[in-house]
Amino acid sequence: MHTFLIIAILLLGFIITFQIARATELVSIIQGEERTRKQSNRINAVLLLVFLIVGLFGVYWTHHTLGDKILKFGTSASDHGIKVDKMMTYTLIATGVVFVITQVLLFWYSFKYRERDDRKAYYFPHNNKLEMIWTVVPAIVLTILISFGLVYWYQITGAAPENAATVEIVGSQFKWEYRYPGKDGVLGKKSYKLIDEAKDNPLGLIWEDAAAQDDIVSGGPMYLVVNKPVRLVIGAKDVIHSVGLPHFRLKMDAVPGTPTTLWFTPIKTTKDMIKETGNENFVFEIACDQMCGNGHTGMRGEIMVVTQEEYDQWMATQKPQYLTAVVENQAPPAAAPVADSTAANGADSAATTAPDSTSTK
Amino acid sequence: MSDTLHTQHESVSHSLHAGDHHVHAHHKETFITKYIFSQDHKTISKQFLITGIVWAIIGGLFSVLFRLQLGFPDQQFPILETLFGQWAEGGRIKPDFYYAIVTMHGTVLIFFVLTQGLSGTFSNLLIPLQVGARDMASPMMNMLSYWFFFVASIVMVASLFLQTGPASGGWTVYPPLSALAQASPGSKAGMDYWIISMALFVISSLLGNLNYIATILNMRTKGMSMTRVPLTIWAFLFTAILGALSFPVLLSGLILLMFDRHAGTSFYLSDIFIAGAALPNEGGNAILYQHLFWFLGHPEVYIIILPTMGIVSEVMSVNARKPIFGYIAMVFSLCAICVLAFLVWAHHMFVSGLNPFLGSVFVLLTLLIAIPSAIKVFNWLTTLWRGNLRFTPGMLFSIGFVSVFISGGLTGIWLGNSTIDIHLHDTMFNIAHFHLVMGVAAFLGMFAGIYHWFPKMFGRYMNNTLAYIHFWVTMIGAYLIFWPMHYQGFAGMPRRYLDKSSWVSFNQFNDLDAMISVVTIIVFAVQLMFVFNFFYSIYKGKRVRTLNPWNANTLEWTTPIKPGHGNWEGEIPEVHRWAYDYSKDGRDFIPQTEPIGENESSH
Repeated sequence: MHTFLIIAILLLGFIITFQIARATELVSIIQGEERTRKQSNRINAVLLLVFLIVGLFGVYWTHHTLGDKILKFGTSASDHGIKVDKMMTYTLIATGVVFVITQVLLFWYSFKYRERDDRKAYYFPHNNKLEMIWTVVPAIVLTILISFGLVYWYQITGAAPENAATVEIVGSQFKWEYRYPGKDGVLGKKSYKLIDEAKDNPLGLIWEDAAAQDDIVSGGPMYLVVNKPVRLVIGAKDVIHSVGLPHFRLKMDAVPGTPTTLWFTPIKTTKDMIKETGNENFVFEIACDQMCGNGHTGMRGEIMVVTQEEYDQWMATQKPQYLTAVVENQAPPAAAPVADSTAANGADSAATTAPDSTSTK
Repeated sequence: MSDTLHTQHESVSHSLHAGDHHVHAHHKETFITKYIFSQDHKTISKQFLITGIVWAIIGGLFSVLFRLQLGFPDQQFPILETLFGQWAEGGRIKPDFYYAIVTMHGTVLIFFVLTQGLSGTFSNLLIPLQVGARDMASPMMNMLSYWFFFVASIVMVASLFLQTGPASGGWTVYPPLSALAQASPGSKAGMDYWIISMALFVISSLLGNLNYIATILNMRTKGMSMTRVPLTIWAFLFTAILGALSFPVLLSGLILLMFDRHAGTSFYLSDIFIAGAALPNEGGNAILYQHLFWFLGHPEVYIIILPTMGIVSEVMSVNARKPIFGYIAMVFSLCAICVLAFLVWAHHMFVSGLNPFLGSVFVLLTLLIAIPSAIKVFNWLTTLWRGNLRFTPGMLFSIGFVSVFISGGLTGIWLGNSTIDIHLHDTMFNIAHFHLVMGVAAFLGMFAGIYHWFPKMFGRYMNNTLAYIHFWVTMIGAYLIFWPMHYQGFAGMPRRYLDKSSWVSFNQFNDLDAMISVVTIIVFAVQLMFVFNFFYSIYKGKRVRTLNPWNANTLEWTTPIKPGHGNWEGEIPEVHRWAYDYSKDGRDFIPQTEPIGENESSH
């Protein structure tokens, strides 16, 4: 009922508008078309000027109201993010100045040079000097922006520092999974053909590889240590996803078959951010940024940035996937599929049973 | 007097077949040859325009639907269930439906409206009329171009009615999502329809583009050197070159995709575990598709914007009563954009795992495009300076075009810089950027062209009052819709999210999204009013009574009010000067056909 009412009102509004439009046309014929044309010319010239003034105020007002809601420049939670914020600030200044100048000229000229009977347009087909100026000046400004941009770009995409921790993040429809390399600091080999949820091997680790046997697989959240560089090894199982980290100002696609990497140093803990934002529900979020299917919107991950101490405590409660997938599944023939979290520190004993696990292939 | 002139022309054009000495005089025109399988470039142009309008309504309607979802995610709209059944159960748009209409919105508006709808209309209408030719180089190919476009449209429309829905992987249809039926319902039959439709579309575009190039290069009338053609013609030429060289690359990419879908090949597929099973495909590369796609995809945005740049230059010059400032610079900047358009595609892939060094090369080339774009903007501003501006609807839309092009173009400097792109890639900032710079701007330019050349197309004017309402609501609405989206992008809000309520970072924009949705509906309603004005004016609009209603210099205004097939009665006029002698030597305008006077100053 409501809908029909709305449609009826829209239709009515339309018919009224149309009748007015037709009437004005008839009036213009009676009044003299030239006179009406000049009148509407003046009205439109004034409207263009009003549009400029209201528009510029609107731009200011939008920035004023939404500026607080957005991630403010300079509030980034990673070292790379600070560079991105700086780059955005420089660009905002450069493009902002150009924006205001060109828009003011456009609408001011439109208003000022509106048609008048006593005016003759000025025949001005070209001027090499002017054209040279506005070729060279943008070129210089752009060169500056590009230079800053590329310096930052190489810093951000350059090799991770030696002491960087490694975490693997794997996207699939529509979730994120994480893998930590365990004590050896090396991610073990994996093969997509070994992926088997039923055998507790969600990432397809190759159990024969000793480096894989202490790897910890988790469904999240991802734990990171504050002020310690981390190198993300990014993969995808099925379609392209993208690891979007809005608070860190970073992003990297997850492409099946082609691992990518991304490194950064978190500089604020989750607790810091809760304090800073005043939002007690705050959590660093991983947003999938590449259309990945119907569940794209819900492909959400979380990151806990904690101190080294808290990290160690958390890590102590984790156990290698190898224990769950191979050791425990094999021991009793009945096979208890659910992981037993009491056997937390069994990584070393697990390694000794490695040769037995060849049958998983 | 002008009345008699008018009726005289009308009778002449109606009796064309009766034995006039020029073109196609031996053909007996029937309804079918005149209006359906017509080979007259003017009729084909109208066919493209009207098909484009139908497509634009469909594409626009989709945006209204998904804006309902984005603005009011908790609300139920029972009418949606009435209209769309299982796609909107309980009056809510389901994710399948959401992604389908998002994908179709992009596909339809980018390809069917702003590529063929735009180029097909104005290249067809203006190239022969402005260079002084009786028709296209190959009227037959021209007709085929439209009909391939029509069949492509039919296939795309048909995909909307499939049980599993149309393609729904975004207009870029990246594999593996688009290659694997298991990945999404839209990747089932809908994706095949999409590929077939686009293949037909590429054929249509190729037929059209080769024709435009051949006509511009070979069929200019006497005296019409390339430095004398209006800027519209240069713009159409570069557009056609871009299209002819880049669309085939898309086709090749799509053929490989088709093989991956149905022939078991692994061009784009490798190491995939999906729906509980590992696929045998190994050794492919999903990024290869992105290279092939964006090799078209980026030139595509210039295919969309260049024709409107030409239209705006022409309309602005006529209504400012001033020559376009820096004609040669305008041509060179069009040329520079055309060349650079082929060299920047990977800036869509900065975060795809691209080699950072390669990325930096593309940053450099991408930001180079800002220079010719800046030249164009400054030249338009100078064209307005000290003019005597007549705010016809076409002129207002041209001014609006420049404003929106500046706003959207400047944010390109943000996204083209890879460092910033890391953060803003695939966010709402990106949506705001390209909608302003190539969506809204191209539409404003297209409207400018329609209002300006409507009298030539149909021998009548459109209603001015409705046109002014159309302009102001569209202009204000466009900024209200897209300006705030930049801020959602700063917050990192990804595009293609249909409900932000579960996200801590993105759920702070509910009021804003609702506002954007309401404005979208209003703007859409006003576009419908434009469509009404368009069709109403074809039959009931005020008649054109003078040959040259805008006092313009170009050749199309030397043809009869309603030109027949062949455009000019008798000889094609000879051209003696460029198209921009406005307000020169104290004269308001000097048509191109007028010989250079003895005491005339040179420019």
